[in-house]
Amino acid sequence: MADGAVAASDVGATEFALRERRDTGALHRAIFIGLAGLLLVAPFLAYPVFLMKVLCFALFALAFNLLLGYGGLLSFGHAAYFGMASYVSAYTAKHWGMTPELAILLGVAVAALLGTAFGALAIRRQGIYFAMITLALAQMVYFFSLQTPRFTGGEDGIQAVPRGKLFGLLSLADDRILYYVVAAIFFGGLLLIYRIIHSPFGQVCKAIRDNEPRAISLGYRANQYKLAVFVLSASLAGLAGATKAIVFQLASLTDVHWTMSGEVVLMTLVGGMGTVFGPIAGALVIVAMQNYLAHLGAWVTIIQGVIFVVCVLVFREGIVGVIAKRVKQPL
Amino acid sequence: MVAGGGSAPDVILATEGLAIEFKGFRAVDGVSLRVKRGTIHALIGPNGAGKTTCFNLLTKFLTPTEGTITYKGRDITRMKPADVARLGLVRSFQISAVFPHLTACENVRIALQKKRGDSFDFWRSERVLSALDEEALRLLDAVGLAGFAELPAAELSYGRKRALEIATTLALDPEMLLLDEPMAGMGREDVDRIAALIRSVAKDRTILMVEHNLSVVASLSDFITVLARGKVLAEGDYATVSKDPRVIEAYIGVGHG
Repeated sequence: MADGAVAASDVGATEFALRERRDTGALHRAIFIGLAGLLLVAPFLAYPVFLMKVLCFALFALAFNLLLGYGGLLSFGHAAYFGMASYVSAYTAKHWGMTPELAILLGVAVAALLGTAFGALAIRRQGIYFAMITLALAQMVYFFSLQTPRFTGGEDGIQAVPRGKLFGLLSLADDRILYYVVAAIFFGGLLLIYRIIHSPFGQVCKAIRDNEPRAISLGYRANQYKLAVFVLSASLAGLAGATKAIVFQLASLTDVHWTMSGEVVLMTLVGGMGTVFGPIAGALVIVAMQNYLAHLGAWVTIIQGVIFVVCVLVFREGIVGVIAKRVKQPL
Repeated sequence: MVAGGGSAPDVILATEGLAIEFKGFRAVDGVSLRVKRGTIHALIGPNGAGKTTCFNLLTKFLTPTEGTITYKGRDITRMKPADVARLGLVRSFQISAVFPHLTACENVRIALQKKRGDSFDFWRSERVLSALDEEALRLLDAVGLAGFAELPAAELSYGRKRALEIATTLALDPEMLLLDEPMAGMGREDVDRIAALIRSVAKDRTILMVEHNLSVVASLSDFITVLARGKVLAEGDYATVSKDPRVIEAYIGVGHG
């Protein structure tokens, strides 16, 4: 009798939880629709170039968060993939006359190759050693970029990159048209990342993140999954960098510098590591600060530093992490 | 010892002169084990006897300095842990090994997912996995966790985490289970529940376990190997082993003073 009552209440709890899970799906769908709507009207409310900058960095942070939040791997060298893709897309668009979509695709391909090579080396170590190896490899890319001015333009970077015509048809010279292309790339990237997180592959990645020895003991070759998520993350970081080069018509040493790797860590932590939408919020906050506080000069860096410290001390879950806790739903 | 035991069909797991050395200290020193198919085999011994090290050698989380390990007639001495698991030799952990941020149902599903082969399909929705939910719930029910399927594993009590771990391990349908102190840190009621579970699981499987709780060992195991200072001290059923003067000495510590 008593057993029956307990079982019934347990079943009730499960049903409640199942309903909650469906709610989460519905909530995410609503957020996606809202975000799409916002992306459509945004250029009428704010300066398109600023928005494009936010979107490129948001995509970069989303790619980084895929690795950190869902793969449990802290890379401190993601500027390498962002920056190298940016160089490749700028170079091929300018010197080979590639259309923007092909230039971007080539940038992504190079980022994927670089990610495969660097990832294969880095995943052999864990924790801080992993971070240091990714940093060291990214520094190699930086010095390579510095030493090969014929390809990268050295200190000058690759300037005056033509925006060109999308598919050879649609001119991207107009900021607003380009904005919608960038918004589409961003949204596509976001959907892909969302799918990766919620795929059978994503499930195994989360399991490895949570408890690697246990995942191995169940027969998963953890290193192969780590490498796969590393390459996906590097490729998407490359997509962000390559798009950025077309938007700003510029690829420079800033893109491959270690501070760029630091900035993406900052955006992800401020927004909320391991949340789906956090990196977008983080990128918006950081880019907005850099833009609107630019007249303060060196103070921007100091303000950024203070924000970082406050984030780590007061709300570790980041902006979206805190909201998610409030509404009791994963975001 | 049985001559040619390693190749006998009723021996599923065998080691031959297994040894590992850490900077001159031989934690396991020439251990030869024969685990018979379909039995519950316990590995016991006083603290520092090398039980856990021996266990980690068998599960391939450590690589032996000397000796061989044979599983179902196949030399697995140099194999990687994930590959051994694929052969049906699956371990549990001393600390409760769950995936804390996944729900109980998802925890079990991770193991069930293995039947699809590798899961590198990042483009597919996780909805393809809901076909496994039914079996996951059945396994959770078997360990008394039916009502907790949608709870994150981190929120489960210690005993329930262990039960979840066992359900996850069973989801792989392994031929042989290696249990590392399955009762460690458990309350009385949990011990009885897990003991009953292990007994029911053992019906069509082989189990090798390291365990401190001697009453559990006495009631569950068919065969016991006692380790002391990295070596096999005695072997046999509980009645034989518990009367062995060397075992009593090792446990009580006569001769140490």
